[in-house]
Amino acid sequence: MSATKSITYLDALGLAQREEMERDASVIIIGEDISLYAAGGAYGNVDSKRIRSAPISENGFAGMAVGAAMTGLRPIVDLTIASFVYLASDPIINQAAKIRYMTGGQFKVPVTFRASMWHNQANAAQHSDRPYPMFMNVPGLKIVVPATPSDAKGLLKAAIRDDGPVLVFEDNDLWAVKEEVSTDPEFIIPLGKAAVRREGKDVTIVSVAGCLKPSLEAAEALAKEGINAEVLDLRTLVPMDTDAILNSLGKTGRVVIVDYAHRTCSAASEIAAIVAEEGFDLLKKPVRRVTTPDVQIPFSPPLESPLYPNSKTIAAAARGLM
Amino acid sequence: MLKNAIDGEAYRRMLNIRSFEQAVTRLIKEGEVAGACHSSIGQEAAIVGACMALRDDDYMSGTHRSHGHPIGKGADLKPLMAEILGKATGVCKGRGGSMHLTDAKVGSIGESAIVGGGIPLATGAALSAQVRGTDQVALSFFGDGAVNEGAFHESLNMAAVWKLPVIFFCENNGYAAVTAATSSHGQPVVARRADGYGMPGITVDGQNFDAVHAATKEAVARARRGEGPTLIEAKTYRFDEHCVGLFINGNYRPKEEIERFKKEGDPIVLFKAALLARGNTEDDLAQIEAQAKRAVNEAVAFAKDSPFPAPEEAFDFLYGSPVESDTSRRAAQ
Repeated sequence: MSATKSITYLDALGLAQREEMERDASVIIIGEDISLYAAGGAYGNVDSKRIRSAPISENGFAGMAVGAAMTGLRPIVDLTIASFVYLASDPIINQAAKIRYMTGGQFKVPVTFRASMWHNQANAAQHSDRPYPMFMNVPGLKIVVPATPSDAKGLLKAAIRDDGPVLVFEDNDLWAVKEEVSTDPEFIIPLGKAAVRREGKDVTIVSVAGCLKPSLEAAEALAKEGINAEVLDLRTLVPMDTDAILNSLGKTGRVVIVDYAHRTCSAASEIAAIVAEEGFDLLKKPVRRVTTPDVQIPFSPPLESPLYPNSKTIAAAARGLM
Repeated sequence: MLKNAIDGEAYRRMLNIRSFEQAVTRLIKEGEVAGACHSSIGQEAAIVGACMALRDDDYMSGTHRSHGHPIGKGADLKPLMAEILGKATGVCKGRGGSMHLTDAKVGSIGESAIVGGGIPLATGAALSAQVRGTDQVALSFFGDGAVNEGAFHESLNMAAVWKLPVIFFCENNGYAAVTAATSSHGQPVVARRADGYGMPGITVDGQNFDAVHAATKEAVARARRGEGPTLIEAKTYRFDEHCVGLFINGNYRPKEEIERFKKEGDPIVLFKAALLARGNTEDDLAQIEAQAKRAVNEAVAFAKDSPFPAPEEAFDFLYGSPVESDTSRRAAQ
C-alpha cells in the first residue's frame, strides 16, 4: 500500500504538475499568470525556462505549445477558465488534433490543455462554459473530466504522459474537495477507464465530470426508497469506456445520464446514442438525460441555480424509470 | 560544378521547384491530381534564399502553397510527388496532399492550410530549441494574407518578449487569393509591423536570391546568438493563379503586371544572369538544369508507379498513444 495524504482536488492537480515537471525535463508549463504560482514553488525546483508566464494570447501560445510538442517538449497549457478555450480552439483543432494524422505519423504531439469550468457561481455566460462536447466532435483529441482529487492527480499525469493532445476539464467547485490521494509519483489513472462509484442493480446513473456528487446523493435518496442505483463516473470522455456503460446497463436495464453541460449534441447525447445503438435490447425503459437546458447561463443566482441538474432532479429521473 | 557551391545548390533547388511545379501542372491537366494545388512558380528565389540560410536541423513551417518549401530545404522529390498523387509512398502517406507537403527529415514541422497557422508552430519550435538549450532556429514561411491574422501578432509579440530564435518570413506576393494587399493592409509595408513588437523588420527583393539569402543569413545568425526574432518581408510574385487551374471571374490583378513580372522579374532568369556574370558557363548551368528535369521526371515516375493506400488504413496515425476503445473505428464498423 503506497502512502497517501489528504489533499484537495486543486492541490492534487498541482502535485501532478510538480511531479511531472520534476520527473521529466521536457515538461514545460505555459499560460497566463503562471509566474505568480511559480513564485510559490508550485512547479518544483526546475529551470525557470520551463515556466512561461504568457501574455493574454491564447491562440498564439496554444499554437506555440503544439510546435514545442512536435519538437521534443511536453507542454502543459493552462487556459484557466474553460470559456477561453475557444480563443485557443484553432490550434487545438486545426493543428494539435490533425498534424500527426495529416503528416502520416511523422510527429507526436504530447500536449495537455487544462481548463476549469465554473458553474452555479454567478459568473454569467462568458465564464460558465463547458466546451467538452464540442471537442468530443474532433477526432484525435482525448478528453478527461476528473471528479475526485485522486482522479485529478492520476488523470492529469496520464494526460501529460500521453503522446497526443489531451484536454483536461476541471470542475472549479471541486477544487476545495479533500480526500486521501496517493503520493506515489507513479500513481496514474489510465485514460479511457470509467469507475463504478456505487454498486446497484436497479438503475445506472452515468455521471459526467463534476456531476458525481449530486449523482451519489441522488443514489442515497433512492436507496431510502428501495431503489438501488449504480453510479458510473465516466472520468474520460474520449476515448469513452462504452464497455463500462453497457456492462452496467446489463445489470440494471435503466439509465439516467447526468451532465452539467448544455443538452444538444452533448456528452449525454453521445452516451444515449451508444446505449440506443449497442444496448437497445438491454433497456427496460427509455434513456433519460438530466442536463442543463439549451439556454445561456444567467448571472442572477435565482435564475442560474435551477438550470443545473441536482440530486433531486437526478433522483426524480431515476424514479420515473421504475 | 559552379564556382561557388552554395550558388550551385541554390540554382539546383530553384530549378527543382520550377520543374516540380511544371510537372504538377501537367499532371493536373492530365487528371492525375485530386484536390487543389497552389504553385510556387515565381517565388523560388524567396523560398530557396531563405532555406539556404538554414541548417538541415533547423525548423521550418509553411503554408498551403507548400511544394516549394520542402524542396527549398532539400527534401527528396519522390515522396513529395507521390503525396500529391495521394499515394501510400507519399511523404505524408496520402493523409496530407498538395497543401501539406511536410517532410520532418528536413526540419519541416508542418505546412498549414489555415492561413497563419504555421506561425505559432515555428515560434513554439523556437521556444523548444531555447528550452532544450540547442542552437537550432525556426523559420516560418507565410504570405501577405497571414499578417492580418491574430496568430501572426501574438506570435511576434511572444517571440520578442522571450527573444526566441525564430525568423518570420513573409512571402509577400501582393495577393491573398484574389484580395490585394493594397486593399487589406492598414500598414502596407509588412516589415514595418515589426516596429510594433520591438524587433528588426526588413524588406528585400524576393526575386533576387542573393538579397534574400543575405538578409536571412543575418537574421539566422542573430537568432542563433540569442538576440531574438526578425521579420523579413520578401517582395515576390506568383506567376500562376492562386490555385492551379482556378477560374477567376474578374480581373483582380492587371495582365500587364503579370507579364512584366514574367519578363523582368523571373527569379530563375535573374539568378542565371547573376551566375553567368560570376564566371560560370552556360554548360555548367545546363548540367544543373538537366539534373533538375531528370530528378522531377524520376519523381513523377515513382509517384505514378506507387500504390494507393488501402482504405482500411484511414484510421492509422490518429493517436500518438493508441487507445483500447477507439470510438472512430467503432462508428465505422
